[in-house]
Amino acid sequence: MEQKTKIHAEENKQEIIITRDFDLPLALLFRAYVESEIVEQWMGTKVVKLESQKQGGWRFETSDPMGNVHVFSGVIHDILENSKIVRTFQMENTPFEPQLEFLDFESVSDSKSKLTMHVIYRSVVLRDQMLALPFAQGINMAHNRLQDIVEKLN
Amino acid sequence: MNLRRDVFQAIADPTRRAILLLLATQSMSAGAIAANFDTARPTVSKHLQILTECELLRQEQNGREVIYQLNPSKVKEVADWAEQFRQLWDDRFNKLEDIMKKYI
Repeated sequence: MEQKTKIHAEENKQEIIITRDFDLPLALLFRAYVESEIVEQWMGTKVVKLESQKQGGWRFETSDPMGNVHVFSGVIHDILENSKIVRTFQMENTPFEPQLEFLDFESVSDSKSKLTMHVIYRSVVLRDQMLALPFAQGINMAHNRLQDIVEKLN
Repeated sequence: MNLRRDVFQAIADPTRRAILLLLATQSMSAGAIAANFDTARPTVSKHLQILTECELLRQEQNGREVIYQLNPSKVKEVADWAEQFRQLWDDRFNKLEDIMKKYI
């Protein structure tokens, strides 16, 4: 079966392109990006601020199982209904620098739509680190689990 | 050892990725690996040390030489690093799709 979400990340480039086909009309896909209550549900985060307008700010807060709060924020540079969002994204209190995101929303048919997310990083190394982050976190979590098990044996 | 940082660094560096690629088809001595790069031998040795520490490579003593080979199970994890990023987004988008279908 063909994958609905695709990642295109070329070697030695400081960008990632994420594409996704949705069984949703374009207007509903776009709505999922601009309404706080909906963003909260699918991103699994608390939406502190989401000003879906030109030069509007946004801020999300997520708590991990250990009770640490992670803050993500940025500025919406440009927004065009049912068409595009250009915004910055930053994980606060981390060494990672902000990234620039171009979100293009397209209609494929009355009931289908497509999202193209073009993300640009400051450097190739930073891009690779961000790409590896879920992998690295997975490793770290497996490591912590192992530690928990070993501690119980003592 | 900081496992997360080491694997992280191992895959972020282009020379180390090239070393992994080189060893994909054959086991090689440190000297033979170094001969493939313009970088100084000690630099290549440092890369080999990092790759070995995070278990992407295994060392084997062969007389006076140290032979390096890939640790396939660990490399498989690294090969999947971008896949986990994809899955993260796939999960989010699946959720988005489910939620929005209620509005159709």
